[in-house]
Amino acid sequence: MSRSFSTILPSLVRRDRASFAAKLLAPPIALIVTIALNLGLYVAMGRDPMGVIYAMLIEPFVSWASFSEVLLKTGPLLLIAQGLAIGFRAKVFNIGAEGQFILGAIFASAIPIWMPQATGQWMWPAMLLLGTLGGALWASLTAFWRVRLNANEILVSLMLSFVAAQLLNYLLLGPWKDPGGFNFPQSVMFQYDAMVPILFEGTRVNVSLILAAGLSIAAWIFMQKSFAGYKLQVGGLAPRAASYAGFKESWAIWLSLIIGGAAAGLAGAAEVAGPLGQLQRSISTGYGYAAIIVAYLGGLNPIGIVISAIIIAALYIGGDNAMVSANLPIAAVRVFQGSLLLIYLIAVAFVRYRIVWRPTPARSAS
Amino acid sequence: MSAVEFILAGMMAAATPFLLAALGELVAERAGVLNLGVEGLMAVGAVIAFIVVYHGGGHLLAFLAAGLGSALLSMFFAGITLGFNANQVAAGLALGILGQGLSALFGKSYESLTVTTLPKIAIPGLSQIPVVGGLFSQDIVVWISLVVTIGIWATFAYSKVGLILRAVGENPKAAHAIGYPIVSIRFAAVTFGGMMAGFAGAYASTIYTPLWADGMIAGRGWIAIALVVFGTWLTSRIFLGACLFGAVSLMGLAAQASGLAVSSQLLACLPYLVTIIVLGIISVDRRLLKLNGVASLGEPFER
Repeated sequence: MSRSFSTILPSLVRRDRASFAAKLLAPPIALIVTIALNLGLYVAMGRDPMGVIYAMLIEPFVSWASFSEVLLKTGPLLLIAQGLAIGFRAKVFNIGAEGQFILGAIFASAIPIWMPQATGQWMWPAMLLLGTLGGALWASLTAFWRVRLNANEILVSLMLSFVAAQLLNYLLLGPWKDPGGFNFPQSVMFQYDAMVPILFEGTRVNVSLILAAGLSIAAWIFMQKSFAGYKLQVGGLAPRAASYAGFKESWAIWLSLIIGGAAAGLAGAAEVAGPLGQLQRSISTGYGYAAIIVAYLGGLNPIGIVISAIIIAALYIGGDNAMVSANLPIAAVRVFQGSLLLIYLIAVAFVRYRIVWRPTPARSAS
Repeated sequence: MSAVEFILAGMMAAATPFLLAALGELVAERAGVLNLGVEGLMAVGAVIAFIVVYHGGGHLLAFLAAGLGSALLSMFFAGITLGFNANQVAAGLALGILGQGLSALFGKSYESLTVTTLPKIAIPGLSQIPVVGGLFSQDIVVWISLVVTIGIWATFAYSKVGLILRAVGENPKAAHAIGYPIVSIRFAAVTFGGMMAGFAGAYASTIYTPLWADGMIAGRGWIAIALVVFGTWLTSRIFLGACLFGAVSLMGLAAQASGLAVSSQLLACLPYLVTIIVLGIISVDRRLLKLNGVASLGEPFER
C-alpha cells in the first residue's frame, strides 16, 4: 500500500546534516506565507487589504511613539518566552505561564494594596521580587504534581491557569476591590513609588525591558555555556542516556518549571507595576499563550526568541491599530499567531528533511 | 427538586460535550497522535453550529457543518504533524490558539445572541421514577452519544479496525511491516477526532447553553484530553469520567440553588480543581497508566 502512495506523493527524506540555510530562511518564509494567507482571510471578510497591511505591519514601526509601544509589549513576551524555552528544550511542557503571570501580578499587588501609604524606593523592587516568587510558587505546584504524582504537566499547568483566573476574579470582586471604583472589578491605583522606572522619557517603556534583555543573555549563557544547561538539554534529547549518566529527570522538571514560573511571575509583576498601575481583570492579553508561540518561533534559541518576541509584540500593536482603522476584530491577532506557528512548523521541516519527488524504493517488508 | 435530583437530571447533558470530545481524542491517541488542539476545534464547531442554527438551518445541518469544519481544521493539523513530522505538542497548541481565534473572528457579530434548544425525549415509565427519573429524559444528541460510545467501545474490543488502530499506535514499525499505511490511518483517526470535537462544540453552543460567547468552551476541550488519561485510554472509564465531570460542573449551580454561601469563583474553579486532583490520583499508579497507555503516543513515525 505504501508503495503505491509513494509514487503519487513526494516524500520527505531525512538529510544527513541539518540544513543551515533552511534554518535561517524558515522563519522569514513562514512569516511571508502567513501574511499572505491572513490577508486572503481579511479580503474574504470584506476588509481593504492595503489598509490592514499598513495598520498591522507598517504602522507599528513608523513612529517612535508606536514603536515604543512595541517595545513595551516585547518585555513580558520576551521574559515569559525565555523562561518557557528552557523547559521546552528539556521536554518539560509548561503551558501554564498565563496562570503564573497572573499569580506574579497578584503577589506584586499585595504590597501597594496592603500598604497604600507606603513610600520609598524599595517598593517596586520588592514587588518585582514578590511577583517572581508568586509565579515560581504557582509553577512549583505543577512540578510537584509531575515529579511526585507523575501527572502530565501540560494539563496540570493549564488547569492551574484557569484556577488563577478565578482567583484574580475573586480578589477583584471581593477583598481587593477598589471601594471608590464605581464597582469596577479592579484594585485601587498604586502610589508613585510602586511604579517601575520609565526608561525613555515620554514613553511607557520601563525597566522590565532591561530585565527581559538580561534574562535573554542569562538564558543564552545558561543553555550554551553552563553544565546545568547542558544536562537539561541532554535530558530532553535523550532521557535514557541522561539517566544512565546520572542526570535526574526530577531535577530537570523542578528547574524548568521554577525558571519558567519565576520569569512569568516577574512579567506579571512588571505589568501591574508598569503600564497598568493597578490590578485589573484584563492584566494579560494572553501573554502566557502568545509566549509559547514566541518560544517556538524563535527556534527555542535565546537569540531567535528576541527577534520573534519583537515580531509578536508588533503584531499586538498592529492588531490594535487594525481594530481601530480597518475595523478588524482583535481576534485576528490570535488567528495570525496560531497560523504563523503552524506554518513555521512546516517550514522548519525542511531543516531536517528534503523533498524527493521520485518514488523512493520501498523497503521490503519480508 | 433536591440537589441530587437536579444533578442526575442534568448530568448527561453536561457530560455530553466532554464525552464526545474525549472519545474523538481517544481514537486519535490510540492511533498514536496527541492532538492538544481540542479546545480550539470545539470552539470552531461551536461557532459554526451556532451560526447555522441562528440562521434557521436547524440542528442536524448545524452538527454536520460543525463536524465538517472541525474535521477540516484537524486535517490541517494532521498534514503538518504526519506529513511534515512536526512536533505534535507545538502544533496542537498552535491549532488550539488558531481555532479559538477563528471562532472569535467568525462569532464577533453573534456575541451574546441565543437560539432555541432541542426538546427532551423521555423514556415512558422509566422517566417517571422519583429521583432518578431525570436520567431518562434527554435530548436526542445525548441518546445518540450513548450509542456512539457503545459503538466505539465495541470497535476497539471486537473489530479488526480497532485492532489495526491500536497496532498503529502501539508499534507503528511492526504495523508498517505487515503492510498497513501508518500515516493514512493516523490521518483518518485525527480527522475523526476533529469531527467529534466539532460535534462536542456544537452541542455546547446550540443545545447545552444555546448562546454564543467568545471563550464559552472554557477549558472543556482540555478537560476532555485529561479525561482520556483519567480513563486510562478505555472507553468505559472515559464515559464514567465524563459523567463525573458533568456532575461536577452542575454542582456549582446545585450549591447556589440550595442557598449555600460559597463564592461563585470557587465554584467556577471546581472542574479544574477536580481535574488536577483526579489527574494526580490516577497518575500516581504508573503501572496503571502503562497498562493501557499508547506506547508511541506523540512520536512521529519514520520508516
